Amino acid sequence: MLRRLSQFGVLLLFFGTAHWGWQVAKDVPLLIGNLSASEFAGLFPMADPFATLQIFVTGHLLQQKVIIGALIVLAFYALVGGRVYCAWVCPVNLVTDLAGWLRQRFGIPAPTYLGRNTRYFVLAAALVLSALMGVAAFEWVSPIGMMQREIIFGLGLGFQALLAIFLFDLLILKHGWCGHLCPLGAFWSVVGRRTAQVRVRFDRTTCTHCGDCAKVCPEPQVLNLKRLDEVGYVYSGECSNCGRCTPVCPEGSLRFDLRPLIRRHNIEAGKGHEQ
Amino acid sequence: MAEANVSRRDFLVKLAQGSSLAATGAFLWAHLLRQEARAQPFALRPPGALPELDFNAMCIKCGQCVTACPYDTLKLAPAGGGIPIGTPHFTPRKVPCYLCPDIPCMNACPTGALSPKLKNINDSRMGLAVIDIENCLSWKGLRCEICHRECPLKGKAITLETHPRQLSKHAMFVPLVHSDACTGCGICERACPTQEAAIRILPHNLVQGKIGEHYRLGWTFDTEITQDFKPAAPAAPAAPAEVPKQAPGMDYLNQGL
Repeated sequence: MLRRLSQFGVLLLFFGTAHWGWQVAKDVPLLIGNLSASEFAGLFPMADPFATLQIFVTGHLLQQKVIIGALIVLAFYALVGGRVYCAWVCPVNLVTDLAGWLRQRFGIPAPTYLGRNTRYFVLAAALVLSALMGVAAFEWVSPIGMMQREIIFGLGLGFQALLAIFLFDLLILKHGWCGHLCPLGAFWSVVGRRTAQVRVRFDRTTCTHCGDCAKVCPEPQVLNLKRLDEVGYVYSGECSNCGRCTPVCPEGSLRFDLRPLIRRHNIEAGKGHEQ
Repeated sequence: MAEANVSRRDFLVKLAQGSSLAATGAFLWAHLLRQEARAQPFALRPPGALPELDFNAMCIKCGQCVTACPYDTLKLAPAGGGIPIGTPHFTPRKVPCYLCPDIPCMNACPTGALSPKLKNINDSRMGLAVIDIENCLSWKGLRCEICHRECPLKGKAITLETHPRQLSKHAMFVPLVHSDACTGCGICERACPTQEAAIRILPHNLVQGKIGEHYRLGWTFDTEITQDFKPAAPAAPAAPAEVPKQAPGMDYLNQGL
């Protein structure tokens, strides 16, 4: 699947630069750093805006480089959709998707319920704790950070945290980490909400309400049919553009499209009360 | 009315439940953070690192310094390793810092946790070399002095001092570390030939004392004199003595009459 290719590809670029000395030119490393902050081919810096924000609220003045990097990454995800990070880059998604797949395979029932908005409270708590404790609160406990660091820079006990997430997702709460708790996912949901240009278009005329899409969607609340009808595309920032729904839709009512094209499509179809 | 009361009670109970849940989570989280930060006094940081608390706050754990280091000195701490998670550190006995003059690790740092204020690598203070004089070969009377010879700031950071050897007429040559020049690079620790290094790098705050402001070393000339030992004001010039009209000693018995 394309998403796996992208997730492994990004990690491979970091790993190759760190261990095999991949260079684009003499002494210009290809992609140095990791998902927290990096520099691509000596051209431009990148940085995790959420991590940067946490450090910022601890009251430390950051250097220009990391701020520019954070803005670059922020701008990118603001255009393609914030949670594209979750589905296409984040390594923990590999773990949770595996758990989700196994869960479906073995038909494990869901014993617990947790509101999907919990993640926004975790997000707020991360920022408040950063300010109070004087260290970037989520970065110091983040399983995402542990996983990518330990893949790129050598193994430690981070796999325990991942095992915990795996079991939690498998046995306790369906899509528990990515869909309910992860503050980074919450952060990206907020970022992509209004500005994302790549979204899933919804075609009301062909949809038969079969519900196949909601069955495969890890965030089924974004496929609220009433809302889809109104807007004409998957509006919620919680959609990660993972692309599970588009191939399963038997009528082809769900399809990736650019937002301006969606608008035109809907107006032409004569059902366009946009937003 | 009754209904309003019930919903108010509901609201208050929900509020209490929610906030206690949030508080529990926050305490657990904060505890984890403190646990992580507790490992901090033993970490040796790359050159130019800010003081430990600021460093821990500023470091984004990206590992660019680790990749930039040409000697593979720096490592990114994994989870559960006793070093704050994800931060760069080094173990001098394995690979010391070879003090690159262009400081690539510091230049790679995007956040400024490795402060760009460091211009000369010899001004870096990663730690301080400490000698275990019970196990130092030189202190046992052997002519070892390897740490002194290997020290990149030989003669400044480590000097050799003579020291009498009991009743022998031969002196011992013992190494002495000077904190005003020692960068904490750890080349001495790497070079020390004993089974466990008898000279090793430790963070300053673990080994360095401080005498305090109130001691004045009066016999040194660079100490400021604070007590009022000012010389007395020069006396006013005495009025010119009167020239006696008579020869001295003639009429003194009658004076004052």
